Amino acid sequence: MNLALFVVVLLTAIALVAVALTLSRLLSPRSFNKQKGEAYECGIPTRGRSWMQFKVGYYLFAILFLMFDVEAVFLFPWAVTVREVGVMGLVNVIFFVVILVLGLAYAWKKGALEWK
Amino acid sequence: MFDFSVVTKWVDMMLRQWLPESWVLTTEFVLIGLCVLVGYAIIALVLIYVERKVCAFFQCRLGPNRVGPYGLLQSFADMFKMLTKELIEVNHVDRFLFNLAPYIVIISSVLAFGCIPFAKGLEIIDFNVGVFFLIAVSSIGIVGILLAGWSSNNKYSLIGAMRSGAQMISYELSIGLSILTMVVFSGTMQLSTIVAEQADGWFLFRGHIPALIAFVVYLIAGTAETNRGPFDLPEADSELTAGYHTEYSGMHFGFFYLAEYLNMFVVASVATTIFLGGWMPLHIPGWEAFNAAMDWIPSLLWFIAKVAVVIFIIMWFKWTFPRLRIDQLLRLEWKYLLPINLVNLLLMVLVVVFELHF
Repeated sequence: MNLALFVVVLLTAIALVAVALTLSRLLSPRSFNKQKGEAYECGIPTRGRSWMQFKVGYYLFAILFLMFDVEAVFLFPWAVTVREVGVMGLVNVIFFVVILVLGLAYAWKKGALEWK
Repeated sequence: MFDFSVVTKWVDMMLRQWLPESWVLTTEFVLIGLCVLVGYAIIALVLIYVERKVCAFFQCRLGPNRVGPYGLLQSFADMFKMLTKELIEVNHVDRFLFNLAPYIVIISSVLAFGCIPFAKGLEIIDFNVGVFFLIAVSSIGIVGILLAGWSSNNKYSLIGAMRSGAQMISYELSIGLSILTMVVFSGTMQLSTIVAEQADGWFLFRGHIPALIAFVVYLIAGTAETNRGPFDLPEADSELTAGYHTEYSGMHFGFFYLAEYLNMFVVASVATTIFLGGWMPLHIPGWEAFNAAMDWIPSLLWFIAKVAVVIFIIMWFKWTFPRLRIDQLLRLEWKYLLPINLVNLLLMVLVVVFELHF
């Protein structure tokens, strides 16, 4: 039942965008002008391509994010059963988290968290 | 307290009387879809109005006051205007991705909107992994923003999208970990159960200091997640014109705008559900008369009031703090919030394992 509702809400979202865009295309005026298609750049023609190599700093943070997000994913099932697994489970999880925190400490020390 | 499942049961019964069996479910699904659409649109438009009014009062202005009484119809008028504006297709854009991006952004916010418990019996999607689902769904929005920036073939858009991506994935961690802290405390991920557990006292009060820290971290990370307030550098007007939606016009832009406000609502209502008791009235154990009086106020009103308070705080942030630089932003997350969150998680586990909570 929940899965069906999920699909219903998903289809609603798609319908919202599709219907509104169709309505907009029907209602809106249209005019053709060569200048209109140019990229917005304060009136100056764009120099070079916009699809180009980009600063690697963003990539580093994405990698770090991946590490900790996967950690959070692993911790969720444990979080639900904290009361059942008790102290023994806690010790195991602390072991797991400490390894990841060591990773963060390494990245910190290497200066990966600085924005250069 | 009024139970909304009475209404849904009544609708179901009426439909079964009037329609053949096979059509009942389809009609109900269509009704649910319509409710979601109407709720989504109205909440977003009301929020846009409230934001403009609150912003105006913070700056000693009047804000919109011409269209309708107190300018109440201003955002509706704006939406209709936006519908009748031309959708400009810029040269050299990646057309498929350019058109796909609004879909992804809207899908992410509608799905997150769909699993919030609004009132007693008023909840659409209620997975037993609800919290997890919410986090997963709301992080899809990042893909939409990155696509929008990349496909626009504009350097402003690209820089805005990259900043937005870095910011949102970073603060996603803090949101995830502070919610994880509360999942440890509640022992379940189902949103309806989380709300039901808070009948005797909200988690913010019952969870001691760890819950309070998690709430503060959640509020900061939630503000950053919605690209608002002091964290609005993805669309910093003074340097990037409009960030990732520079090239979008008309209704295309309208979707990004709607999704931004809806995301703020989702962040506020998740904070309400997990920390402030959802639609549960304020109950103090032992005070029978007080509790009975609080039960008189409808649950939907409780929910809306709490969400309104959280949204006001988020807006307050926006008009109080100056914008951060990207290095300050990432330092705040990775060097302060994340370690605080990890220590806080440990504290919460100790509280739960040794049963120190109320």
